[in-house]
Amino acid sequence: MADEPIALELAKHQKEISVAEFFTKNRHLLGFDNKRKALLMTVKEAVDNSIDACEEARVLPEISVEIIEVGEFRYRVIIEDNGPGIVKKQIPNIFARLLYGSKFHTLKQARGQQGIGISAAVLYSQLTTGKPAKITSRISPKHPAHYYELKIDTHKNMPEIIKDDEVQWKKDHGTKIEIDLEADYMKGRQSVDEYLKQTAVVNPHVTIVYTNPKAEQVIFPRVTDQLPVESKPIKPHPYGIELGMLLTMLKFTQTRTLSGFLQEEFSRVGTGTAKEICDNAGLSPGIKPHDVTRDHAEKLLKGIQNTKIIAPPTDCLSPITDKELEKGLRKEIAAEFYVTTSRSPEVYRGNPFVIEVGIAYGGEIPKDQGITILRFANRVPLLYQEGACAMTDAITETSWKPYGLEQRGNSIPVGPAVIVVHMASAWVPFTSESKEAIAHYQEIIKEIKLALQECGRQLGMYVRRKSRASQQMERMNMFERYIPEIADSIAFLAGEKKEKVEEGLRKMLVKPEVQSEVIADSNDSDSKLYKMDFGKKGEEEERQEQQEE
Amino acid sequence: MAKSSKSKPRENPQLRLKELGQDLAQQIQKGKNPEMEFGLRSLSNVVYDTKSRTLNLGSKTQTRSFFNVGHAKKFLQTVEMAKVSKTLLDVEKHASLRDVFYMAKRTIPNSTINIVDEQAESDSAIEDMELITGFSREQLNINANKMGSVAGEVTIEDAGDTINWARLGSGGWSIPSNVESIEFNSVKAKYIIYMEKQAVWERLHEDKFWKKQNCIIVTSQGQTTRGIRRLLGRMSEEFKLPIYVLADNDPWGYYIYSVLKFGSISLAHMTSSLAVPQAKFLGVTTKDIEEYGLKKHLITFKDVDNTRLKQIMDYDWFKNNKPWQKEFTAMKRNGAKVEIQSLSSRGITFISDTYLPEKIKRQDFLD
Repeated sequence: MADEPIALELAKHQKEISVAEFFTKNRHLLGFDNKRKALLMTVKEAVDNSIDACEEARVLPEISVEIIEVGEFRYRVIIEDNGPGIVKKQIPNIFARLLYGSKFHTLKQARGQQGIGISAAVLYSQLTTGKPAKITSRISPKHPAHYYELKIDTHKNMPEIIKDDEVQWKKDHGTKIEIDLEADYMKGRQSVDEYLKQTAVVNPHVTIVYTNPKAEQVIFPRVTDQLPVESKPIKPHPYGIELGMLLTMLKFTQTRTLSGFLQEEFSRVGTGTAKEICDNAGLSPGIKPHDVTRDHAEKLLKGIQNTKIIAPPTDCLSPITDKELEKGLRKEIAAEFYVTTSRSPEVYRGNPFVIEVGIAYGGEIPKDQGITILRFANRVPLLYQEGACAMTDAITETSWKPYGLEQRGNSIPVGPAVIVVHMASAWVPFTSESKEAIAHYQEIIKEIKLALQECGRQLGMYVRRKSRASQQMERMNMFERYIPEIADSIAFLAGEKKEKVEEGLRKMLVKPEVQSEVIADSNDSDSKLYKMDFGKKGEEEERQEQQEE
Repeated sequence: MAKSSKSKPRENPQLRLKELGQDLAQQIQKGKNPEMEFGLRSLSNVVYDTKSRTLNLGSKTQTRSFFNVGHAKKFLQTVEMAKVSKTLLDVEKHASLRDVFYMAKRTIPNSTINIVDEQAESDSAIEDMELITGFSREQLNINANKMGSVAGEVTIEDAGDTINWARLGSGGWSIPSNVESIEFNSVKAKYIIYMEKQAVWERLHEDKFWKKQNCIIVTSQGQTTRGIRRLLGRMSEEFKLPIYVLADNDPWGYYIYSVLKFGSISLAHMTSSLAVPQAKFLGVTTKDIEEYGLKKHLITFKDVDNTRLKQIMDYDWFKNNKPWQKEFTAMKRNGAKVEIQSLSSRGITFISDTYLPEKIKRQDFLD
């Protein structure tokens, strides 16, 4: 035994670990760190998938989310959509196989990206409850609805079919998933409730009917019939490629020459550009892609960097648009002022992206605390790691004082505001696989700041108008409050009746010269607007005050 | 418009206040923004009369109206003061500036606004009332707080009592705010020293300086009150007593002298009765610092001191006065001030034994 190298002994224990087994031990990597977050992740993955599927089928999404408490720390999540449904043979793969999906191989703006999400939820459910996931799906009224009970074979990363049936279903088409899991339900930040509400903000075309474990039903209704523009899949742009990815692509390409490879697998590369890249890399355009070594690949990367290539097409993007974002904000956040902007597409590392920003101000939003930041990537709320996100940094690095919010140094501004930042891109650079924070690319931060400034200017104008209007209210109130006192003094001095003097003074309140005292800065063009906006409001408040008295 | 009319002397302040009320009420009935017009109390409207060497109010007027964002509160305070004054006159009672402040200090119902927040506001409104009505504050039955002491060989009659200023123990006689009704029985003293500091007055009193020098010593804490200014004015006028001012060697000390001698900007409308043009500045002068070895007690100027000195140098009544300009320049060069009490470094009774007798003997004054 002593003669035998130890490595041989060790080798007996070394074996391949399946993705599923790996996940079992590293569930935090996908966001299933704790009971509370597990519930959120399960709902999130299912809802993201449902909305994506509906949009692809050009159906206005109607999604029902139900969470039932079935025991201590044990919940049942039922999510049902009106999407296109899934063909029978694909159902097990989609729900019970990790890293299986339609989205991984294309570069396209979509909510889910890696195809790991929903099957991760199924696996988590299986690990914590031992129960299978129950799936019902139907693709048209002409087809039957299929019902599956599925588990994941964690050794092989393959679906294990527990039950396979045809059932009666009231829906013409759609998918329903039912998962039992160990979880914890709480309201507040980072809750399912918050996630769905935020989803409603940036998806005004979606109706969500939500029933929480307390059997309270919340409906987030659709406020537009406008489906988002269909995003087109694009090939990667050469500027965004990394060595590992390039080697993989070289290995699996069907093309026969390097020149052909470059033209076929990348966007914005024609014969001329391909030749230029090869020249700059010192490689022959005619060599076979499979023969390109690691060293060659590195040269190729340098060649790409040294070649001028036009920016990628931007039709792969589907921004929310400023109008639709405003609709979403208006319906979900009770404020008094809304401003939104949608920037033109820009590019980071060869990936096109669009930044959109919205601000809701005043109304029922709490005044004396930090503003609420709502972050979104491809219309999906980002609830965790706010502090590590480029979006948050762009906000804190923007100076908010001129825009009517309080701010100390580079901290989160204080005031009654909700700021929405959305990034739409075929490839959103997250800082980790759990997709919770945007990485710090200068191009992205710059765009976010520009969008924030654009909205900030509008906000600043509004806040200034408002403070002027409230000043006027104060002035008017001041005169009104002083009148009884002054009438009393003058009447006493003159030996007259107080009421008479008071009435005389009150009559004057409506006179133009008094009004011009109240509206001191009426030469400002803005002031005409607020007079209309606030005149009525002022009257209402006054009436209320009188009633209270 | 409710105009002040100094030209038409009125015997009865009550009547004048009633007229003011009626005038305002009439304006209101006519639908006019109620206004009061009166002399402008600011440096720009203070005229230095070189003949009488006093400050007088110029011809500029200000208008205070109610429906004016900048005026409303002051208008409110002014009519409030008129009301308070008329109430006092009606019941024939006197009240102090502090009393009056509290009479006006209340919150307007259903608001957080006070009619006055600080005494400075009611004081200022009362001074405006003087201009509006043409009657002095005392005539409106409002007095200042008593804040001053006097000692010397003088006997007076006040409110039926006979008082000898030489026999009042360590505190001396405290000067009332209204000295108009005092009658002087006998005045033996030859001159008056008025000093800025109560502590210095106590020093001189303890040393019986007034007895040794046959003079009168008067003090008020800080700025000279109206009562003291009137008292000094009356004694200067009725008994031709010279008046010497003893103050710190700093811009604020100079200003105490300036107010006593020429009248003040804020009370320029009352100068004729309040200024004491015969007053002379005894010290402490910059020359004294040198002569009496006070150099090591110099206190370096702060920015406010420099600013104030500059303002005083430019006053009309000092501008063409060469000795004073020389004094200011010397102080400016020093960039520092000394207090009267620094004389104590030469010995506790140095001021009464040496400094004052010497200065007076030499007639070493600034005028």
